[in-house]
Amino acid sequence: MGMTQTQKILARHAGLESVRAGQLIQAKLDLVLGNDITTPVAVNEFEAAGFDRVFDKSKIALVMDHFAPNKDIKAAAQCKQCRAFARRFNIDNYFDVGEMGIEHALLPEKGLVAPGEAVIGADSHTCTYGALGAFSTGVGSTDMGAAMAAGETWFKVPSAIKVNLTGSLRPFVSGKDVILTLIGMIGVDGARYQSLEFAGPGVAALSIYDRLTISNMAIEAGAKNGIFPVDDITKAYVEGRVNRPWTAYEADPDAEYERVVDIDLSQVDCTVAYPHLPENAHSAREGADIKIDQIVIGSCTNGQLPDLEAAAAILKGRHLARDVRGIVIPATMNVYRECMKRGLTDIFLDAGCIVSTPTCGPCLGGYMGILAAGERCVSTTNRNFVGRMGHVDSEVYLASPAVAAASGVAGHIAHPEEL
Amino acid sequence: MNVQGTVHKYGDHVDTDVIIPARYLNTPDHKELAAHCMEDIDKDFIHKVKPGDVMVAGVNFGCGSSREHAPIAIKASGVSCVIAATFARIFYRNAINIGLAILECPAASSGISDGDQVSVDFDTGVITNVTKNETYQAEPFPPFIKDMIEKGGLMASLKAGKADK
Repeated sequence: MGMTQTQKILARHAGLESVRAGQLIQAKLDLVLGNDITTPVAVNEFEAAGFDRVFDKSKIALVMDHFAPNKDIKAAAQCKQCRAFARRFNIDNYFDVGEMGIEHALLPEKGLVAPGEAVIGADSHTCTYGALGAFSTGVGSTDMGAAMAAGETWFKVPSAIKVNLTGSLRPFVSGKDVILTLIGMIGVDGARYQSLEFAGPGVAALSIYDRLTISNMAIEAGAKNGIFPVDDITKAYVEGRVNRPWTAYEADPDAEYERVVDIDLSQVDCTVAYPHLPENAHSAREGADIKIDQIVIGSCTNGQLPDLEAAAAILKGRHLARDVRGIVIPATMNVYRECMKRGLTDIFLDAGCIVSTPTCGPCLGGYMGILAAGERCVSTTNRNFVGRMGHVDSEVYLASPAVAAASGVAGHIAHPEEL
Repeated sequence: MNVQGTVHKYGDHVDTDVIIPARYLNTPDHKELAAHCMEDIDKDFIHKVKPGDVMVAGVNFGCGSSREHAPIAIKASGVSCVIAATFARIFYRNAINIGLAILECPAASSGISDGDQVSVDFDTGVITNVTKNETYQAEPFPPFIKDMIEKGGLMASLKAGKADK
């Protein structure tokens, strides 16, 4: 029986010839990630267990992004604890205010994840790196703490869903619309415990940034990971970023899939996920009655330069509707600088938006854009659960940067073609 | 190992944002986290929960964020066991790692009502609904996980493994 791309990576990291779905394995890790929310819990576990060394100071990444720049005294204490841990063990990849970014945009940008690697992170959106052909998945803090000591962890080898992509995207349509469409098709637990294996001729028509957005939200379908084949687009992205040898793994022709889902990219339209689950997919063309109070453009899902360019293309020469607040958050300091160099920052400011330095802030209702009761936000983030961005009676509508920008100008949910 | 308690019943797709809202994640303190457990879907939960109580829910319990603060908040609130039709995978893993007992059992999920008295036998996987005089069979933990729980969770089992070498 052949293996999927995910199973091949897991087999290699477990030192096994082959693995099958359901098998429990112990796998070596190439990177262990944590942020300012999850690392303190991991450090407490690490210290309570009496560990006095980390497995490899170059294979741990700690990113202060969720409540940083520190939102309050307690958040400051959490970052302080992470910083002390990083200094104690000489962690190479500790990213604090000034050089940090939103973790899942920052790590690929810095070349810290390569195709074929195995990565865990104490953050559910760690699945983002599947876009680069890596196996990566979210875990909790205890798993992170243990992995920082041991350099390995246990996995149940996932069965797989193949997502067969054909065609290419129409204007204004992006990776965000593809993943919201897929989650709408299979549901928020449609891929529970499984891997989403993207394949087919349509893959070549998706940019690395579209792929990063798609893999990022694999968790919103319950998936363990969401992985893309490694092709010339992947190679072009990692070249100059990754300076160590890496391996591209391909699924065997006879790999087993529990289900195949077909998506013709040319049929995907701009899509909005209504409250309070990411599976509530609607066309962006049917939201004219839904008045909004805020747009958020950013996050680990959609805070990359092409995301901000797509939003700026809509906002250029236009202004937000009255009483709509616009919050734009470049995902890394590099993206932030590029926005200034390329004039995107001016476009956002002229349109009435604010431009923040990187933070996860509003996505999880932390700070920088909290909603009051009854308020609605069109957001390029990844979750629209009850109370996710503020009051339990507020609402989050998930969409692409182009749709969020168009909605901000219109004052209601809008398809970019409507402007 | 057995537990018995009053049931607090919830629906499908209970996400970790409602189990413990992110606005309270500025602390790892277990008691502080427990004080806000379930706040965004059940404001009264923290006032009515008693030590040993059981939480019962539908499919995909614990979906969303990987925050370990979610099972920590549930455990620190006094809940002895969570029974759901299915669990999201990160929550399942986190619960085991921190020693919160969880059982997957669709029949119990649909048969048990809010306020029922239930007892759970973890060795056999038998869930008894004392109020309705019904029993439901859950899958007991696989040996791999039972071993980890017997050693006191992931960290303890890792230390035990180290000592063996």
